[in-house]
Amino acid sequence: MKGRPLAAIVSAGMSRFGELEGKYSRELFSEAAREAFEGCPNLDPKRDIRGVFVGQMAGESFERQGHWGPVLADWAGLLPAPAIRLETACASSASAMRSAIFSLMSGMYDVVMAGGVEKMTHRATEEVAGFLGLGADHPFETFQGLTFPGLYALMANAHMHRYGTTEEQMAMVAVKNHRYGALNPKAHFQREITLEKALSSRAVAWPLKLYDCCPISDGAACLVLTRPELAGHYTDTPAYIVGSGHASDSIALQEREELTSLKAARLAAGEAYGMAGAEPGDIDVAEVHDCFTIAELIAYEDLGFCGRGEGGSMVEEGGTEIDGEVPVNVSGGLKSKGHPVGATGAAQAYEIFHQLRGEAGGSQVADAEVGLTHNVGGSGATAVINIYRRG
Amino acid sequence: MMLAGSEPFTIESFYRHIGEGRLTAARCLRCDSTLLPPRPLCPRCLSADMEWIQLGGRGRVETFTVIHVAPEEFRDQVPYTVAIVKLEEGARITGQVKGVPPEEVEIGMEVEIKFEPPRAGAWPRWARYHFEPVEQSPEVS
Repeated sequence: MKGRPLAAIVSAGMSRFGELEGKYSRELFSEAAREAFEGCPNLDPKRDIRGVFVGQMAGESFERQGHWGPVLADWAGLLPAPAIRLETACASSASAMRSAIFSLMSGMYDVVMAGGVEKMTHRATEEVAGFLGLGADHPFETFQGLTFPGLYALMANAHMHRYGTTEEQMAMVAVKNHRYGALNPKAHFQREITLEKALSSRAVAWPLKLYDCCPISDGAACLVLTRPELAGHYTDTPAYIVGSGHASDSIALQEREELTSLKAARLAAGEAYGMAGAEPGDIDVAEVHDCFTIAELIAYEDLGFCGRGEGGSMVEEGGTEIDGEVPVNVSGGLKSKGHPVGATGAAQAYEIFHQLRGEAGGSQVADAEVGLTHNVGGSGATAVINIYRRG
Repeated sequence: MMLAGSEPFTIESFYRHIGEGRLTAARCLRCDSTLLPPRPLCPRCLSADMEWIQLGGRGRVETFTVIHVAPEEFRDQVPYTVAIVKLEEGARITGQVKGVPPEEVEIGMEVEIKFEPPRAGAWPRWARYHFEPVEQSPEVS
């Protein structure tokens, strides 16, 4: 790999993910920031961090609060640093990371924070479904009664019909990710499940069942980033971001070129691989956006880990287990670790940062040098893909 | 009454036509793309020269799902089927499939549009549509 580093991650923090009663976005973000500060003794946050970029999807609805940039910068103790909030549905904090990278590459700042947060579990499930639906097309999707599970179910059914993908193969994604989530002390669900349990769970949006869906979670994650040449001031073991891709597509599935693949993810992957000088075979560990099990199978295909239509057989053959060709979601993924939507992109980077430093505990991938994150907004109108290299 | 040709190419106009029992789309006069929903700017060639076209309302189910956990507004209808229908003219449209049990819906099934009045409630009070299986003609040719 010959990619020139765009930025360096020198520290990372993450709250627990799950049902965190009585804690709202600002307190969760404080917890993530505190871990990031404590993990980097050479950093003087108040002096060094000059910009704050946060992802948050729907805090106006969930918490009756807007204007999140300064709120979260304040609760991280970083006032008067300029702070902005970015929103690309469930890819919001990967978008925040990219803006942070741009601010470093422009030369404007030396050290910045990027992160994200969402507080969700205090609202009724029907309300949450409505708020998440804001990331789908209103006039032709939610107005017709579609839900987020419904959108991915439309893709799942098309994938099953076109390629012969089975409900069992989708359930295998859930079983795999719960097995790794059980090893992650910050995961929402820290227990294994059986294939039978996944397959017999109640229908949510056929062909997707309860165990095909990620949970509704609370949580926050953040990163401290600097220019590559300054990383050595803060740590001997940075993770360099060596490729970054982002593409957009029509928000409504009905206007996409096809229903069995996310074009935005394919384009973002091509951009990130090109920038990094990397190929799919170079990736040692990946965190992908498994908001639904079918999304993980499609991610394998869009990222080039297998051919089109081969995602189901890849999980069935163990290709994405911790000792497989490309270990995927050994943190537990969104499925088991949890999916506080605005925090997810930063939480994926948190996992890769620790994997590349050899600090991932029970789910450490042996000798991980190159990592990838794949963060999707909505049903695929946004995709952000980053590639990382051990420092 | 406003002539169809002078109506703005908006989603509001689209749903007003649904209320009149018509499925319409915009056609870009420069690149010939069919735009469903209609838009004031062609996303392919950036032309703003459009005309309204009326579609036949028949097509085939390209994919579908059966919703069991619904938002508040649709909870009284579960389980219900939502499909993406590929219309005979080529454009796709998303809508519920009614008049057939969910377990009998299949990819490739031929369906046609039916029109419904708006429901009471908050914005938007647009008229609605759904799809139903095309009645099979009893005569054998």
